Order: sequence, then C-alpha cells, then structure tokens
Amino acid sequence: MGELSKLTIAAARDGMRSGDFTSVDVTKDCLAEIEASGTLNAFVHNTPEIALNQAEAADARIKSGNAPAMCGVPLGIKDLFATRGVATQAASDILKDFKPEYESTITQQLWDAGSVMLGKLNMDQFAMGSSNETSCYGDVVNPWKVDDRHLTPGGSSGGSASAVAADLCLAATGTDTGGSIRQPAAFVGITGIKPTYGRCSRWGVVAFASSLDQAGPMTKSVRDAAIMLEAMSGHDPKDSTSSELAVPDFEAALTGDIRGKKIGIPKEYRLDGMPDEIEALWQDGIAMMKDAGAEIVDISLPHTKYALPAYYVVAPAEASSNLARYDGVRFGHRASLAQGDGITEMYEKTRAEGFGPEVQRRVMIGTYVLSAGFYDAYYNRARKVRTLIKKDFEDVFAQGVDAILTPATPSAAFGLGEMKDADPVQMYLNDVFTVTVNLAGLPGIAVPAGLDKQGLPLGLQLIGRPWEEGDLLNHAYVLEQAAGFVAKPEKWW
Amino acid sequence: MSIDTKTAGRVAKLARIAVPEEDLPVLADELNGILAFMEQLNEVDVDGVEPMTSVTPQRLKRREDVVTDGSQQEAVLKNAPDAREGFFAVPKVVE
Repeated sequence: MGELSKLTIAAARDGMRSGDFTSVDVTKDCLAEIEASGTLNAFVHNTPEIALNQAEAADARIKSGNAPAMCGVPLGIKDLFATRGVATQAASDILKDFKPEYESTITQQLWDAGSVMLGKLNMDQFAMGSSNETSCYGDVVNPWKVDDRHLTPGGSSGGSASAVAADLCLAATGTDTGGSIRQPAAFVGITGIKPTYGRCSRWGVVAFASSLDQAGPMTKSVRDAAIMLEAMSGHDPKDSTSSELAVPDFEAALTGDIRGKKIGIPKEYRLDGMPDEIEALWQDGIAMMKDAGAEIVDISLPHTKYALPAYYVVAPAEASSNLARYDGVRFGHRASLAQGDGITEMYEKTRAEGFGPEVQRRVMIGTYVLSAGFYDAYYNRARKVRTLIKKDFEDVFAQGVDAILTPATPSAAFGLGEMKDADPVQMYLNDVFTVTVNLAGLPGIAVPAGLDKQGLPLGLQLIGRPWEEGDLLNHAYVLEQAAGFVAKPEKWW
Repeated sequence: MSIDTKTAGRVAKLARIAVPEEDLPVLADELNGILAFMEQLNEVDVDGVEPMTSVTPQRLKRREDVVTDGSQQEAVLKNAPDAREGFFAVPKVVE
C-alpha cells in the first residue's frame, strides 16, 4: 500500500488520464496511509465515504474526457475551511460539534474541479501558533525524525504539512496569516504558496485576521502548487476583497527560464544569531539563481524589523473583533451555567472554556490595543508602520526587482514542547521572514532547498510582485530544479 | 504603558472571557511582555503616514441592495446549542 499516495498531483493527473490507475485506486491508498498514521495526529476528521464517492464520480468524469487537472486528486483540508456536514472546528473546543450547513468557496471550487476530500487536518487553534501545539486535538508530529524527540511540523497549517510530507494525501489546503503555510512547508520539506491578498476567496474560511488571511496550496512540487492554486483562485461575489482579475494558467508560466530577471537580496533579513546553515543555504540559493542567468541585486527593506511588532498589534486586533462571534448562542460550545447566571456569565464562561490559552491571550491583547485611550498609540501606529512596510516593497519593485529571495524560517523544526516555557514572543519570532509578506499583501512561496547537518529540511522563500504568482512560481520552479531536493522522511510511524 | 492586575481584569471583562482573580497577575505579566515587544514601534517616524486600511488598492464593490437569500431557518438554527420554537434561546436578559 501507499505507492500511489506518494504521487504528485501532476503525475496522478497524467496517470489517471492515461488509465494507468484510477482515482479510486489513489484514494484507497491514501485512506490506508491515513488509517496507519495516528501517531502523526495530522488527520482529525476522516471522511472515507465522501472520498470514495467523489473518487468514483471523478473516474467517470476522467473517462468521459475533458476533466480538469485537479479531477480525482485526493486532498486533505485544513480544519479552518467550512465543509458542509463535516466537522469544522478551527481546532478549537469552542466549535465542538460544529458542522456547517455551507461549503467554503475554495473547497467548493476544488470539489467542482473533481477533487476528493480525504478528511480534515489538524492545525493550531484558530490558526494562532507556529508549532501546532495550540490545537484542541493535541500536537501534530512532524514525519521527520532524527533522534528520540518528536518534532513540530510548524504551524499553523501543521496538519497539512505533516500529511503532505508523510504522503497521506497528494496535497492539502493551508491558510497563511503571518507565515502559516510557508513556515510549516519549510519545516517538513514541501512547497507552500501564499498568493496575493485577494487572489483566493476567504468566504467560508474561519476568520483570524481578515486583512492578512489568505489560503493557498501545500504540495509536493512547485508544479503541483501551480496546478492547485489555479483551482483555488478567482473572484467570489461573497468576498468583496477577492479580486476580479483573471486567473492565469499558472502551470504554463513554468518555463524554467529566468534569464535577465532581477533577484533582490534584502540585507535586513540577515539576523544576528541566525544559524550558519541558514546563511549557507541562502548563499546556495543566490548562487543557483545566478547560475540560471538571473541578476542578483542587494536591496534594502528598511522597516523589516518592525514587521513582527506591527503584526502582533494588527492581527490580534482583528482577531478580537472576528472572534467576538463565538458567544455560545448561534453555534458551537455553550458553558453549563450556574443558578442565577445571566447572559454575561454565559459569554464569559463559554469563551473561557472554549478558547485555548493562546487564543485568549491574543483576543485580550487585541481588545486592549483597540480600547479607548490606546487605539492611537498601538493600533493606528501599527497600521501606519504597515503602510511603510508595504512601501519598502513598492520601492524595490519600482527599481525593477522581479523577486526577492530570503530564508523561509530562522531555524529547522524544533522539538515539540521545547518552547513550552518560553515567552510567547519567542514563538512569534518563527514568523520573522514571512510576516512582512502578509502585511504587504504580496505572494510568497517556500521551496525546500536542503537539509541541515542533523538531516532536517530547510526552505528558502521567494517573494513576488502583487498578482504575479505565475512569475513567482517560475522562479520557484528554477530554484526547485537547481536545489534538486528529493529527501523524504523515513517511515517510523 | 504597563498593565496592572486591575487593567488585566478590565481587559478580560471587555473581551468577555472569565479569568479567575488568582490568574490575573500571570495574565498581566504575559500581556506586558507582548506590549513591551510592541513598544519598538515607537522608534518609527510615522509623521504624515496614512494608516493602512486596505492592502490592495481596490475599492470595495457595492452590490445592489436586494434580497438574495433567506427562508433557511432550519439551517441557521441547526448548530445552535439551544434552539427553541424557531429561535435561539439564551438566559434571561431583562429583569
């Protein structure tokens, strides 16, 4: 078992079209792998019946010809996406037993394209976390293992990362508010792209910070990212921030030719105390782009240092507002009340029981920075700094830079529990290279580029111009080909 | 600016999250740690800078003000922890 679950989307598409195997074959292989992957704790709600029904329908469609690229491809879906009649909890007890009566636009588009849902994937609670240790379902384990320790797959899309890296599915959906696709992708050695803000509809995706949230694919190759992103993209009248721009053929953009392109190397991303291996990987990446005929230019993004503090004002502020809806009235958990408790006690007890500690912390920070007297000092100031961060990128792109190359994360995956006693701010530093991209609304992609000396994957990040995901994917494709990353975790689970 | 136990209690109240009295000092410490991190923003010269309202330069589209959906009482109430006679039920709100 399991050979077909190792396929890329592109290989599965071609194999199903030429009749080498069926979607039912691939789906059954994935379901068997999922069944045997309990230790990883990646899949938390399995939907084998839905999967097999969809796979049969996909096979009929493929046989009749004219099936889209994603037809018959078995996917894992992050628990943040509303899936009709299937548990959708954002990995939080406050949405316990919630089964939406509607489907998110992105998953609907994937099902319309013939994709197959294997089940829902674990994540950090409400997408708040960088190690997948804030989930109500428990920690997700990284399939990569180098000693006795269980490692984090990163977060918040940690279940998606683990599931794809462990070949439990062909690809998965993720969401990225400050790095939640790119950091876990880097920690498990897969590809993850966060598109331009507005490229994918946010409708039906549980909201964390609405001005930063974007969904994207997490895949085994850059080509797969191109294929799946195209199926997820497009205008949706139900999300007024989704763009009406036409969705290009992203796969066709993968020419492998970046001769004459300008790649910016931002000096502010060279951090004190950054491991030598990350610096060396970055230098390797620069050399690869140069060998491919790109021009390397040193650039400056002067406000980079302020991106994390600005993010940790803006994101909690928006979260405190978005999460006000969890009040124990319309859906999800309601605390049992004592004699004489009124509606205020109902709200307070429900939210104290339902939200985990990190979610509570962020809701309260958000409440504070938006409260009378502090709104200007924190929230408005952070929004002004955000304007400056975006301008840094605009200036660089105006100088003719096509893409920016940086490390994806400041370290390789760390052990689960190792950050338990650390200050919350220490955990936030995981997003130091990714968060600027969300603040500026730009597309960013993490590509696996090497192993550290322990044998753990490390990733590089490319940042592109707004709406130029095709060009960005092509740069990533060149990096992928040059890096030739083929390592896989050895199966121990 | 720093948060004392009393302010932490007020923030918890505003956020409608029950925090036991004895947990407030730890909460105040945690919030102060995060706020100290945010204080770095005071180093930035933001004079004359517009606060960002939209990350992409697009105007929000307006749709026609017409009814597009409705009559889904059952679906709307389906996930309610307490629904009675077609309504959401909550503890008594008025005396």
